[in-house]
Amino acid sequence: MPDIRGYGALSGCAQEKNEDRALTAVETDKTLKVDIWRGGEDGYYQSFTVPHENSQTVLDVVTYVQRKLDPTLSYRFSCRVGMCGSCAMTVNGRPRWTCRTHVDLVAEDGCIEIAPMRNFPRIKDLAVDMTVFFDKWRDANARFVPTEAELDGFAEVDPDSRERKEASAAIECIGCGICYAACDLVSWNPDYLGPAALNRAWTLVNDVRDGDPNGHLKAVAGDAGCHACHSQQGCTSHCPKSLSPTASIAGLKRKSFAALLKGAL
Amino acid sequence: MSGRLELWLFVLQRMSAMVLAPLVLVHLGTMIYAVQGGLSAAEMLSRTQSQVIWPVMYGIFIVAVAIHGAIGLRAIIREMTPLLDTTASAIAVLFCLLVLILGFNAVEAIA
Repeated sequence: MPDIRGYGALSGCAQEKNEDRALTAVETDKTLKVDIWRGGEDGYYQSFTVPHENSQTVLDVVTYVQRKLDPTLSYRFSCRVGMCGSCAMTVNGRPRWTCRTHVDLVAEDGCIEIAPMRNFPRIKDLAVDMTVFFDKWRDANARFVPTEAELDGFAEVDPDSRERKEASAAIECIGCGICYAACDLVSWNPDYLGPAALNRAWTLVNDVRDGDPNGHLKAVAGDAGCHACHSQQGCTSHCPKSLSPTASIAGLKRKSFAALLKGAL
Repeated sequence: MSGRLELWLFVLQRMSAMVLAPLVLVHLGTMIYAVQGGLSAAEMLSRTQSQVIWPVMYGIFIVAVAIHGAIGLRAIIREMTPLLDTTASAIAVLFCLLVLILGFNAVEAIA
């Protein structure tokens, strides 16, 4: 019951009514109605009733269901602190990292709908197949190309240089796939490399230690690369790390244009 | 489809947009100015035939629209329909030619 003493004296009747309201609110807040996707591509929503706790995350809800109500529920998680990028799901229609998403932020009238991420093949329940997502990182040539042996010492990178700042702005990606799930273009064109792979390529194009910046540009300037992006910013608005893949993709467009004019592509 | 072609199409669409932006403003401004005293074919022709700048401007306009619209149409067809890429490209080329033919036909009429 909330402490009402700080709000001045109340009549006994008013206090009783106040207590009634408070109790009613607590009662309805005690449980959550949770609809969870079950099955693969052809599935259904199954409803569960879960206790509502303070500071409860959506991952806590899913874990409660799996441990207390239905041990056959499949889902993926690891670190539980927003570092590993394993627990992304669709919560009330939006892709989110469930370990850092508080129930109180997303519940609508005490209800939560949890589904697997969009744009990924569904394996079972909330687990999706991430293979295509990471294959596209490979296709985007989004891997570092070394130039010098480690024995030559550390490369000196000026922290105030433009390239370092551009790379820093995009480097904190945890590979959760939320941007990929949020991207309409991926849903229209399954070959599109997607925001995460292009964002990673952008960090490498700006890495002064990388040995093949034009190789990265060549890989992403293809048919389903950075030029396919419509700049709708679904990726940017949903990225849990507040990165802007849209800005990275715009950078790739600029750099590839410049490389084209120089005859490097 | 090669990456270089996609890149060139991207560049062409952006450059044609840069040409179109000021021309659309001039076109809209002229329309608002021209309709003040009523609108008639004779009045329009007297203006467009008075200076060579008008047919030249609309000629550039037509070329930019044909390029910009065709590339955009190609992208829409490729993303929103199950048609093959070559079909989408063929439709875009036909659209480009149609806009050029109709457009220059109109420019010739006002010159």
